[in-house]
Amino acid sequence: MNDMANKSASETRALMVAGLGWLVPGLGYVLLRRWGRGALVFVAVVTMFWLGLKLQGQLYGTGVSDVLDALGLVGDVCNGALYFVTRSLGAGVGNPSVVFSDYGTKFLIASGLLNLLAAADVRDIALGQKA
Amino acid sequence: MLTLSHFTAVLIFALFSSLVFALTLRETPREQVRYGLYCFACFLGGPILAGWALYLLNPR
Repeated sequence: MNDMANKSASETRALMVAGLGWLVPGLGYVLLRRWGRGALVFVAVVTMFWLGLKLQGQLYGTGVSDVLDALGLVGDVCNGALYFVTRSLGAGVGNPSVVFSDYGTKFLIASGLLNLLAAADVRDIALGQKA
Repeated sequence: MLTLSHFTAVLIFALFSSLVFALTLRETPREQVRYGLYCFACFLGGPILAGWALYLLNPR
């Protein structure tokens, strides 16, 4: 009984750390005292996100019209706070007339997926399933 | 407004993707370096090979 309670508490803690890692890229690693990994993930995700915006990429909003747009929205939301802050500032609207806008949109999605991968890794480390 | 060549865009994508892949999917520093280089080569070489394949299929 006590084991189950401990396991549940450990799982909850791991999910919380992973959630914070999703919200702020690299924060999950920092909370687990993996300073180097945290810094590198932060730099990778934030730089790709910034480049996506500079390339006039589009962040998907809630008004998605088809399945591909919905998947793009999922990828964008995986950026965590970067997505919500950028959307609230009115940036990331995209510019289809610019050739590189499509690259920018893909950079924004890719940075989100990399952030999600890092958050999942943070959960594994917090659970002790990985060093 | 920022503009990149297609190759530079692929290069940046390969760099950051392989970095995160190596950090998250391997544990020791040695494994991370080896896997990161492998991923970087795949991400960079894949589009180049695909580009040549498309050119050879339709050289005009």
